[in-house]
Amino acid sequence: MIIKGGIVYDPTNGIFGEEMDIFLEKGKVVEEAKGKEIDARGLLVMPGGVDAHAHVAGTKVNTGRIMRPEDARSGLEPKTKLLRPCTGYTVPNCYAIGYRYARMGYTTVFEAATPIIESRHTHEELEEIPIVDKGALTLFGSNWEVLECVRDDDLDKLAAYVAWGLRASRGYGVKVVNPGGGEAWGFGTNVKGLDDPVPNFDTTPREIIRGLVKANEMLNLPHSVHLHTNNLGKPGNYTTVLDTMDTVKDITSTRDRQVLHVTHMQFSSYGGTGWRDFESEAPQIAEYFNRNDHVTMDMGQMIFGNATTMTADGPLEYNNARLLHAKWSNHDIELEDSSGVVPLVYGRKMPVNAIQWAIGLELALLTESPWKTLLTTDHPNGGPFVNYPEVITLLMSKAKREEEMATLHELVAKRTVLPTIERELDWGDIAVMTRAAPAKVLGLAEKGHLGVGADADVTVYDLRPEKIDPARDHKRVKEALGRVKYTIKGGEVVVRDGEIVAVPRGRTYWVDASVPEKDAERVQVDLVEKFEKYYSIQKSNYMVQDAYVTDPVVVKAGVI
Amino acid sequence: MIVEDVICPFCGCLCDDIRVEVEDNKITKVNRACRLGASKIRGHERIKAPMVREDGELVETSYEEAYQRAAQILYQAKRPLLYGWCSTVCEAHKKGILLAEEVGGVIDSTATVCHGPSIIGIEEKGLAGATLGQVKNRADLIVFWGSNPAEAHPRHSLRYSTNVRGKFTEGGRSEKKMIVVDVRKTRSSRNADKFLRIRPGTDYEVISALRMIVGGNGDLLPERVAGISKDDLVDMAEMMKAARFGAFFFGLGLTHSRGSYKNIDNSLSLVNELNSHTKFMIMPMRGHYNVGGFGQVCAWETGYPMAVDFSRGIPYFNPGETAACDVLANGEADAALVVAADPASNFPWSVVEKLAEIPVVQIDPFENPTTLISDVVIPSAVAGVEVEGTAYRMDGLPLRMKKLVTSSYPSDEEVLDGIIKEVRRLGDDN
Repeated sequence: MIIKGGIVYDPTNGIFGEEMDIFLEKGKVVEEAKGKEIDARGLLVMPGGVDAHAHVAGTKVNTGRIMRPEDARSGLEPKTKLLRPCTGYTVPNCYAIGYRYARMGYTTVFEAATPIIESRHTHEELEEIPIVDKGALTLFGSNWEVLECVRDDDLDKLAAYVAWGLRASRGYGVKVVNPGGGEAWGFGTNVKGLDDPVPNFDTTPREIIRGLVKANEMLNLPHSVHLHTNNLGKPGNYTTVLDTMDTVKDITSTRDRQVLHVTHMQFSSYGGTGWRDFESEAPQIAEYFNRNDHVTMDMGQMIFGNATTMTADGPLEYNNARLLHAKWSNHDIELEDSSGVVPLVYGRKMPVNAIQWAIGLELALLTESPWKTLLTTDHPNGGPFVNYPEVITLLMSKAKREEEMATLHELVAKRTVLPTIERELDWGDIAVMTRAAPAKVLGLAEKGHLGVGADADVTVYDLRPEKIDPARDHKRVKEALGRVKYTIKGGEVVVRDGEIVAVPRGRTYWVDASVPEKDAERVQVDLVEKFEKYYSIQKSNYMVQDAYVTDPVVVKAGVI
Repeated sequence: MIVEDVICPFCGCLCDDIRVEVEDNKITKVNRACRLGASKIRGHERIKAPMVREDGELVETSYEEAYQRAAQILYQAKRPLLYGWCSTVCEAHKKGILLAEEVGGVIDSTATVCHGPSIIGIEEKGLAGATLGQVKNRADLIVFWGSNPAEAHPRHSLRYSTNVRGKFTEGGRSEKKMIVVDVRKTRSSRNADKFLRIRPGTDYEVISALRMIVGGNGDLLPERVAGISKDDLVDMAEMMKAARFGAFFFGLGLTHSRGSYKNIDNSLSLVNELNSHTKFMIMPMRGHYNVGGFGQVCAWETGYPMAVDFSRGIPYFNPGETAACDVLANGEADAALVVAADPASNFPWSVVEKLAEIPVVQIDPFENPTTLISDVVIPSAVAGVEVEGTAYRMDGLPLRMKKLVTSSYPSDEEVLDGIIKEVRRLGDDN
């Protein structure tokens, strides 16, 4: 296949708006190929989009669906000869997730959090999401084995446990949510800061973070530790984040990437002492990123309207539910973590929500390098992923931001610096934030770019970058971003003129990391005891079987 | 051959430590399971071959013929009902939902006559839950409300709740408190530290009274509520507040007594409020081993956990209108497919009469009263004994059921696949 004459943005390979042909063969980008021609003359062409953080599969997503039948009343799309029927906006059914990503030109999505013991469920849903490639990040922030290894300062054993946990869950990377807090929530409390001891385990969030970051690097994993910070969602939490990032600064990354990814930073960039004097501290966070290169973040942009918050941060969800008098689901996971789900509505006239909205944009606009700020909404926490075109146009158009701000609570102008920001991102910046950077942050060498050997995942937008001014024509741009001209996945046209035309199955990435035999054996001794005494299932029934990952991409890593 | 760590295909406890001995492709011994589970694993008299009803009698036929007849019935129906699903694996659920889409039918599970009201309660309030291992390791107070685990979930107490030791519950039963609320004495209530025998149909009042006490408004209560003295209620509320980790398990005594889903809504609120005093969780005691799994699969495939109507080509959900008993009682359903369930035994009699009037296709390993009113009967292999697949425990934890012996019968999934192919052929012909 040849994609002819597109205006190509491929930041990884230093290509920013050059007219060129792209050749695809056997699912890969190649030097030269024959076959079907796609006429992309003058149109914007990028690698397929990569979403490094979205909640799209597993227990908490399905809990959201079950407790929110009202959500499934929206987003209706009837079945066709080719397509299964779709429902839902914040918690769409599996088919809707695959189709909607593809229609926006996205071809890869990573589920942000799966507890090992419930990963079978996560994979059952991932298998049902069509078209896109996917993977899941495994939760390690409150596992008893982690807490004990950290307490005993036994990094070799910790690394061996992480390797085993990734294999058991068929997971791709190390996710840490409110480290230590999941355990504390088992008895209804929380950890309040990096040095607040985890009850009954004689360790602290700081030690957990440092231990897991070191283990992650010992294992040479493709992705870094992916962290949801302590105190997330609380006024004044920006100091926790700055302290967290500093605490891993001395640890060297073993790969060409960050040593820590701090996720949905919008929820961690808050100033003030309470909700009354709540304000943005995004400039401080952005300043830290402008001075340091060891960390990356994603936006966690908030979208006005309905959202379903879902996270392994159980105490956070309890507080959300109490504050908002909302429906509350909680799900503690034995020996591993907590979790919760709370639906909510973000209102334009709510001061806190208006400021949150501005913070996400400030982070992206004040951080100089787009390579450090991935575009996400922390779907469906900040809002559903179908709003990425909205976010992109906000970043590209000051005029649009001003139009929006005029509809918001007036405090947005006093408690944030957004009105003073002139910066408008260009297509190169957007290609970085939605393709090149997420692939690099995740360590996916064949994603997010169009160099020879890359996966043949390509987006062709119905936009002529040389003729359209996104700063002015943001309505037209938003429409085109939501309904692409072509999405090509693995060399196959899956979307044409905004309609799905083929529904291939996606593949699932997971990491198989090797560790020294003696460490693996020491972990097994611990695990045998934990299953005999504490788990409610047998060890032999714990690990996700191959039957649940029918088209795997196994990435090798490890210490030997 | 000995197979260890077999997962029991009987109740929602999904015990996964069963030891089964197999000789010459026959199960000879079942260890560690309760009597209910062991009996299911050992099996009993099977339906021998597919059958179709001709002149009022079921006569044996081939699978091909049975698939064709089943497909004709479902394809020609205006509003077919696809019902059951509690005693088979998720792989079959996926095929069932696909079939419902293809024929524009209504699909519903046995939850409709079981914990359906619990799901409606959860839609109102959410559910503060936990995995059963969390209860095992932490709970020092366990409430069973309208639930009799000693007889319905015999190993629940030994594996997960009152009689198990965990990390923070090393003393076992002696350091735990157990409260039973029921309308009669049961084998479970005999072991309780506190038993509240309430008048039938008064659950809502009793829960409300407890909420008032927990919320600090107990002084407004009369001296007796639903036959229970205020002192007893205050005592129970104090026990719940004083727990380090409380667990509230409820059964059909709560979901199917007067008040129905409102009882659940109220219980969920009680547990929410207890969380401002201590840690508390709540969980329905799911009956059949994978009725929970159907809810999960249905939710991720359609957006709803039960009672999904595909007649518009888009999933539509409105229990009271689209649940199995609704479409039967209203005379809407003009054909039914029953998979791994027995509505003839469990539906209200007036609804069973309606079911008997329409063509019924049954897929099941075993004969049951529904067979008597079926027009096409297709025997299948026993999921979890003869077929592998996924099942979800009452707490939502998924496990992979094992295949212990090889069967000559097709799996439920294969049977449904055969019917889907025939339905598509009929669609292509027209």
